[in-house]
Amino acid sequence: MRQSNLYVILFAIGLTVVFGGALSLTSVGLKPLQDKQVELDTKKKILGAVMDISTIVDPNEILSMYDEKVNAIVVDINGNIVETDDKGNPIVAEKVNIQKNYKLDPQERLYPVFIFSGSGEGVDAYIFPTFGAGLWDWISSYVAFGPDLNTVKGIAFDHKSETPGLGARITEATVQNRFIGKEIYNDKGELVSITMVKGEGNTGLSEHEVDGLSGATMTAKGVNSMLEKYLECYGAFIEKTKSQNS
Amino acid sequence: MSTELAEVSEESAVALKTKEPAEPLFSKRRKRIVSDPLNEDNPITVQVLGICSALAVTVQFKPTMIMSIAVIFVIVFANLITSLMRNMIPNRIRIIVQLAIIATLVTLVSEVLKAYSYDMYKVLGAYVGLIITNCIVMGRLEAFAMANKPYDSILDGFGSGFGYAWIILVVAFFRELFGGGTVFVGTPLEFDVYGSIGGLMGTSLQTNGLMVDSIGAFILLGVIIWIQRTKNGYVEH
Repeated sequence: MRQSNLYVILFAIGLTVVFGGALSLTSVGLKPLQDKQVELDTKKKILGAVMDISTIVDPNEILSMYDEKVNAIVVDINGNIVETDDKGNPIVAEKVNIQKNYKLDPQERLYPVFIFSGSGEGVDAYIFPTFGAGLWDWISSYVAFGPDLNTVKGIAFDHKSETPGLGARITEATVQNRFIGKEIYNDKGELVSITMVKGEGNTGLSEHEVDGLSGATMTAKGVNSMLEKYLECYGAFIEKTKSQNS
Repeated sequence: MSTELAEVSEESAVALKTKEPAEPLFSKRRKRIVSDPLNEDNPITVQVLGICSALAVTVQFKPTMIMSIAVIFVIVFANLITSLMRNMIPNRIRIIVQLAIIATLVTLVSEVLKAYSYDMYKVLGAYVGLIITNCIVMGRLEAFAMANKPYDSILDGFGSGFGYAWIILVVAFFRELFGGGTVFVGTPLEFDVYGSIGGLMGTSLQTNGLMVDSIGAFILLGVIIWIQRTKNGYVEH
């Protein structure tokens, strides 16, 4: 009986229904918790680009701090503020999916800008999300600039599957701190971005270069091209804000 | 003997378990089911299974620990479920059924991790999903759970799970120590070994990049296998 075709088919169907049902239930049941984790993760990364939040354990504290200190807007490639999408629905900067936007033509993308004012005296930092390709899969970052929109105040990288211990080191504080104080515009006002050089332990780096990652040259290349391409797209917004501020 | 066999095929495994007369809960045979995979029949060092994840997740201690817990959970429950169903599973599709059981459990682990420990979910990334292809899990289902009672299968799951866990934890401990200069990062026991020693001697110690690479895990595994085989007198046939 156990070997008959009918039994095999019925068994397979029954098994699929039971296991599939169990998985769907878990997935639906855990969805709100997972969404909250993703939201928290995004806000943590945005804040993490400008300040050290590793000591804060309570998620609600991070969320309320975010609401208090961060003001988010969305701009297009020309630096104009976009408030609604094609259908007239309001756009929330935190909900803009950078990965999906990355696949669009740069002209059509939405560019969120997170404006951080922690001290209460005007703007302390502008935070731009960036997205690009690493060695194995996507990499992304939140890069924070001071009020001059030139000097890096901090950067927080993320990645999907860079090699642990090699490319994945871009998420370590010691690597991210190398970017602090670097500049993206040269004396003539041209965008030169910031380049991660090859190898580790380099000395005599210029203000547009940071020390590289030993064994992760391809990830470093991905970081360089991501920063360059995305900062270029934010160029119009940066110009506009600079002229407004001065 | 033949009547016993007939019983097995006619009655459910649960009924048999309660009927079983003499064997104590932790008999010598059952202790061996748990202890054998820890040393003499270790899945990694003797059977050389599950090497992929042993290399991939052992850069730091904490993710390795989470990975170990995940593997133990999956292997124990997969063994239990397979053993409970062993008299119903059609022989011709048994491998697919085993895979479905493992895949379901692994997906559960992955979803729970994503909901409750998002940071770990990101660190372990694809490797949790790859437990599905971990040869240890499927090997145990096919070799043990398909032919043994649920309780024994649970013990076997724990044995193989812990046999896998202690090896990768040892590898992770030394890789983190030599590769990162720290121990137990991300846990309450976190300690910067190289930083402290360097501070005492007034210099900074150089960490070993080789240990961060997969090669480091190979070397450590080799050393463990060497020590273990010398001690046990194991010889390749």
